[in-house]
Amino acid sequence: MLSSESLKKIDQEIAKYPLDQKQSASMSALRIAQEEKGWLANETIEFVAKYLEMPAIAVFEVASFYNMYDLAPVGAKKITVCTNLPCALSGGVDAAEYVKKKLGIDFNETTADGQFTLKEGECMGACGDAPVLLVNNHQMCSWMTEEKIDQLLADLKK
Amino acid sequence: MTSKGIILSGLEGDRTWRLADYVQRGGYAALKKIIAENISADQVISEVKKSALRGRGGAGFPTGLKWSFMPRAFPGAKYLACNSDEGEPGTFKDRDILRYNPHSVIEGMIIAGYAMGCERGYNYIHGEIFEVYDRFEEALQEARDAGLLGKNILGSDFSFDLFAHHGYGAYICGEETALLESIEGKKGQPRFKPPFPASFGLYGKPTTINNTETFASIPYIIREGGDAFLALGKPNNGGTKLFSVSGHVNKPGNYEIPMGTPFSELLELAGGVRGGRKLKAVIPGGSSAPVLPGSVMMDCTMDYDSISKAGSMLGSGAVIVMDESTCMVKALERLSYFYFEESCGQCTPCREGTGWLYRVIHRIENGLGRSDDLDLLNSITTNIMGRTICALGDAASMPVQSFIKHFGDEFAFHIEHKKCLVPKDVQREGSKIYVA
Repeated sequence: MLSSESLKKIDQEIAKYPLDQKQSASMSALRIAQEEKGWLANETIEFVAKYLEMPAIAVFEVASFYNMYDLAPVGAKKITVCTNLPCALSGGVDAAEYVKKKLGIDFNETTADGQFTLKEGECMGACGDAPVLLVNNHQMCSWMTEEKIDQLLADLKK
Repeated sequence: MTSKGIILSGLEGDRTWRLADYVQRGGYAALKKIIAENISADQVISEVKKSALRGRGGAGFPTGLKWSFMPRAFPGAKYLACNSDEGEPGTFKDRDILRYNPHSVIEGMIIAGYAMGCERGYNYIHGEIFEVYDRFEEALQEARDAGLLGKNILGSDFSFDLFAHHGYGAYICGEETALLESIEGKKGQPRFKPPFPASFGLYGKPTTINNTETFASIPYIIREGGDAFLALGKPNNGGTKLFSVSGHVNKPGNYEIPMGTPFSELLELAGGVRGGRKLKAVIPGGSSAPVLPGSVMMDCTMDYDSISKAGSMLGSGAVIVMDESTCMVKALERLSYFYFEESCGQCTPCREGTGWLYRVIHRIENGLGRSDDLDLLNSITTNIMGRTICALGDAASMPVQSFIKHFGDEFAFHIEHKKCLVPKDVQREGSKIYVA
């Protein structure tokens, strides 16, 4: 169900933990699976569970507890905007409004062409860089003015 | 990023995170000294005690004392964990440490492993700063290749290995027992204490958890001595400390300054309040710390004792600055939403109470407040506090209590007049997208 490349990455994660503690790799295994599949369908979660010799429900608990896992399909590019207090004091809310206007969608919506999903995020630990946007969970974009948001969206569309 | 300290100082160029650069700055000298001079584990711990280093994650617990709780002679596995799950609104210091000086954390953890007899450590890194996680993995590989990690470190009989584990979006995992659950591959729900991690930690084995900045301070303490570190700060508050300044300042960022530096100096370093406006309020230690009026803050020095005397907490050193354009009801509404969203749901008072807090503050902000809402809020907080497994319930309650205590008039005005004291356009002007 997962590519051999993904499985190789998961094996590297398993090796970080004591031999009898394979389940410790569940968080990174789900992350790797999501990178390959785009989101975590039930059968993907079940596959990860089998691979780590865990009950499927235990892996599902992890997938549903941590909010960077997507349990429903998202657009090719998921943009998460932090609107927490420190960011809000420096334009985080403005930035979110601007992205909404540009994409024509609200939080938790996906554009009709399936390109973009917009999410509201909680503290990303980068308050000094506000406004902060996260692209597909891993690419952090700092000090996002309207011009920089225009540029980012144009680059992501390519 | 400005440093008058030991962790972020001397960082020039874009290769500061590389092993060679770190060694050139005096890195790994402390570890080499321990191995070469055969310094005992007890001596290491006593040096850390002498330094008066206090936990940089928020609680300020003396590090040397914490280390001495580990049953070193206990047979079998013992673990070390580094808490880099930095998700407390306002805190962003560990990200810079790991980005620019990751080997200071690695060296600190190796020394801690040596002092406490741990064979293995994990650095738990906040999921949202994934680029930092990737970089830390690279730094670990450099250390392994140089014989600084793994079996028989630097030819001694001491072995220690270290791995990176990433979070994936859960504030609660910054709580140390939730962090351990998360490393075990579970939902991050805090455990009852006791037993404390020093007796029952990761995989049920003795474990010590310290913050990133705490570990990063260790090499200096061993290299220069505990007394030298203590002298950088003030008694009972040793060393320099990183302060993350955010909000309405001209130069948000990390500032590493001696403990005991007046707040007014820190504010000046951060470029002062934006647009020449007046300082209204400061949250001095991350969103969970009680808010203080600007005037009270201007009389404080930045150390555990002074801030605690003023009625708040130094916490993680996250200083959130709010100027006169801030609506305090709206600010609190945003924080309360955060705790509601991030409550792990394990304890009823917190799971239900944080929802109550958010909904009541939300209705006040939106002109639907009722005359007895402030009493209701206070009553909810007292029913949450002290009745939960971990401190998240308290952390959600303290902002509410302190905002009402210091800015109660503003809440009362909202309830009575269905609108804010601070005109909407002033608020917008104060918090619009800001170009430094």
